[in-house]
Amino acid sequence: MNTLLAWLHAPWPWYVSGPLIGAMVPLMLWIGNRSFGISNNLRHLCAIVQPRAVGVDFFQYNWREHSWSLVFAGGAVLGGFFAGVVFANPQPINLSIDALTMFSYWNVPIGGGFLPPVLFDFNWLSLLVMFGGGVMVGFGTRYASGCTSGHAITGLSTLQPQSLLAVFGIFAGGLFSAHVITPHLFSIFW
Amino acid sequence: MRFLPYFLAGLAFGFVMIKSEAASWYRIMEMFYFQSFHMFGIMMSAIATGLTGVILLKRFWHPRTLDGESIVIPQKAPGRYNYLFGGLIFGLGWGIIGLCPGPIFSLVGMGSVGALAALAGALHGTWLYGLAKNRLPH
Repeated sequence: MNTLLAWLHAPWPWYVSGPLIGAMVPLMLWIGNRSFGISNNLRHLCAIVQPRAVGVDFFQYNWREHSWSLVFAGGAVLGGFFAGVVFANPQPINLSIDALTMFSYWNVPIGGGFLPPVLFDFNWLSLLVMFGGGVMVGFGTRYASGCTSGHAITGLSTLQPQSLLAVFGIFAGGLFSAHVITPHLFSIFW
Repeated sequence: MRFLPYFLAGLAFGFVMIKSEAASWYRIMEMFYFQSFHMFGIMMSAIATGLTGVILLKRFWHPRTLDGESIVIPQKAPGRYNYLFGGLIFGLGWGIIGLCPGPIFSLVGMGSVGALAALAGALHGTWLYGLAKNRLPH
């Protein structure tokens, strides 16, 4: 029992968590011929709140047909609560020495291990950064019709060339901003 | 009851997003600086498992879905620029906030205010795409 609890509290190595994430692809197919992915829910949420008078085509469809997807996202929110609050990891995140050196050079404290305190704390500048980055994430995933789960995991494991193109774009974009934008971002906070 | 399997799958997915630390801004930066194998190990083993699972599912194991339909792998719509440019814009955001949509949902469940701001941004971004869709190359 104690071993199980310790295991639920600890972070999982890549060779446990990676296969579990990958297993989502056949699992969703088996449940109901669904493509594993989560970012479509952003569209469904927009479709739910769109007032009739506005009427942007992209959000005019019967979102109720996609209720399964919203239920999946609801599960993911609750899963996050269980994994991050109920079974929270008591240890600091086990980053590589190289990464720790870089973050101390960037002047970014490690904090809880998920979001840096400067991006997590309730202050307008950090909320603005998270919001602005979120706009890019939301715009980009809809433009590409999928995110890391839909393209990098589902698309690549079902051998779809469009997903390879998307993953190439995702990685190129991420490399650019992580190297050119993010290191300078923190200087505005200090 | 019809939605229970989706709920349980989502629960497992959200749990793994946190336990794998794929929802960690630090892990994503570490990945983009090639400082650890962790995230690459997750991606590669996930794709290998997905690929093997789909082959097993189609060829050997369960030929039908829970509803009794035969299994058909949904295909991505044809396109070129949308996948490349969309991916690029998403990646630009990912390299800053260190959260992709799955982790955004899981971190919201953890009560993260930052993730809530990212979710609000992502909804606005989605909305903007809906507005601009017909003027963008696909």
